[in-house]
Amino acid sequence: MTTNLRTRDGGPATSRPASRRSHGEGPFRYASTGAGIILLAIMAAIAVFLISEAIPALQANKGHFLTELTWDPNGSQVFGIGALAFGTVLSSAIALVIATPIAVGVALFISHYAPRRLAGPLGYLVDLLAAVPSVVYGLWGVAFLVPLLITPSKWLNENLGWFPLFAGEGAIGGKTMLAGGIVLAIMILPIIAAISREVFLQAPKMNEEAALALGATRWEMIRMAVLPFGRPGVISAAMLGLGRAMGETIAVALIFPATFGISIQILTPNGNSIAANIANGFGEATPIGRGALIASGLVLFVITLLVNIAARMVINRRKEYARAAA
Amino acid sequence: MTTTTTSTIQHISTGRRVKDKLVQGLVYLAFGLAVVPLVSVLWLVIQNGLARFDMEFLTHSMRNIGARDAGGGAYHAIVGTLEQVLLASAISVPIGLLTAIYLVEYGNGGRLSRAISFFVDVMTGIPSVVAGLFILAFWILVLGMPFSGWAGAMAVSILMMPTVVRSAEEMLRLVPTDLREASYALGVAKWRTIVKVVLPTALTGIITGVMLAVARVAGETAPVLLTVFFTDSINFDPFSGPQMSLPLYVFDQAGRPNDTAIDRAWTGALTLILIVMLLNLVARLIAWWRSPARGR
Repeated sequence: MTTNLRTRDGGPATSRPASRRSHGEGPFRYASTGAGIILLAIMAAIAVFLISEAIPALQANKGHFLTELTWDPNGSQVFGIGALAFGTVLSSAIALVIATPIAVGVALFISHYAPRRLAGPLGYLVDLLAAVPSVVYGLWGVAFLVPLLITPSKWLNENLGWFPLFAGEGAIGGKTMLAGGIVLAIMILPIIAAISREVFLQAPKMNEEAALALGATRWEMIRMAVLPFGRPGVISAAMLGLGRAMGETIAVALIFPATFGISIQILTPNGNSIAANIANGFGEATPIGRGALIASGLVLFVITLLVNIAARMVINRRKEYARAAA
Repeated sequence: MTTTTTSTIQHISTGRRVKDKLVQGLVYLAFGLAVVPLVSVLWLVIQNGLARFDMEFLTHSMRNIGARDAGGGAYHAIVGTLEQVLLASAISVPIGLLTAIYLVEYGNGGRLSRAISFFVDVMTGIPSVVAGLFILAFWILVLGMPFSGWAGAMAVSILMMPTVVRSAEEMLRLVPTDLREASYALGVAKWRTIVKVVLPTALTGIITGVMLAVARVAGETAPVLLTVFFTDSINFDPFSGPQMSLPLYVFDQAGRPNDTAIDRAWTGALTLILIVMLLNLVARLIAWWRSPARGR
């Protein structure tokens, strides 16, 4: 485009070819291209090195990696991802169920309900939730949320115990899936709220005003003009949140009691996740144990990668959303 | 919808009005619910953290502090965090900035630039623990290097890069094309235009983005846990021997059974939040101060 305009010392009688590049153009262009390629290479290297370090442990495994529930790579060398993957999915699902409706409400509040003048600062307040380090959430969860949840957990168990999620005998409350799920919900709320907010703000003003002009109440306007427009954005925001929840490590490592087994009783002290197990098990891992943890990390990497790619494809398909997802 | 062609304006029926108010109430409630944990976390961290927030905490390490002893501090962890974050920035800012320049100035929407752009997005979703495992596998297990602050910095830089790219890219795109064309018209080469015209114009925005990225990774525990290991002693050299970092310190102390350790964990959390919030605040202030439309 502009290449023809560039002659550096362009005196009138210059005989140099116009395409001659000035000093430094090439190196600078290559450096910036190279940096981009480095980024791609890092992504590839993550996959390559995780696989290469996981293979020896997987070969030493005496159980079936995908279905085995126990995790004992250091001793009997029987380990499998089953229970951990289940815990990861269950805790993230709890987080998503709690966080998505609240995040959509927050996004609507900032985009359509809050006074214009206050919307910015209040949105920043929600963004601050994302600035709190995860280890602090973990500490807060263990010291404050876990004791706080004991009474409501017992109530739920006594009154709604017929519902499988709330069933269970013996110790109720404490370090449970529910506590972990709530902490995860708090941590993924800001990202879901931020993307939903941007998407809602981009809903066509014409449609909103048309709805209002036809006599719609504010809620009817939102239901007809804003939510249908924003639905794909909210879905992909929730998926990005899901990816975050599954990869979240330290907060749940402090909260989950690191049991191995499959139980959907979210009120009993059960729970673990791939990421939490890596953080808790790394300290005393043997070489095989480290390899096993890397193998579990590889599974986590692949799952979150797929979730993220799917979410990004939904966002990228809609040009209007491109800015919102940044 | 229910408006009729009669000349009088119909009142909104009670049912619709109630529904409208109900939703409004729910939306306000949602916002309240979102703010409650923030207030609760900050309140508890301040309340429990202030007890030990003293000079001893800020200037002493945990060396020779017994399991049940009070006292001790996080000086070694603060030093470690600062060094690791600085090193991580030294890796990720040049790569991130150059990538952003490529995407905005050279990419022209080609195949490579679309691939990079897509994977930068995907990279923001990499779990932090996976970044730590990668450096563990690559640097420590395959290359046989020891645990060190530098290894932690590399792990953390992977998490920083996509954030830096995205924020820098956004800022570079805000630079008006007129400025670039004016520079080209004067016969300035493209790379000099970028260095002398585009970057200075976008500089404050880029600094803001970098500081927000730093604030984000300063609180990361998992990658540091897998690559830096633990120590109770002061180690100024990030290139040799295990180090400590503030989030790791909180994690370590919080996992111990004694009240004295829990107290230290809270104070460590307070210190960490102060650092992170300070970075956030300064970044926002810079952005606000230089933004063309102040206060939006």
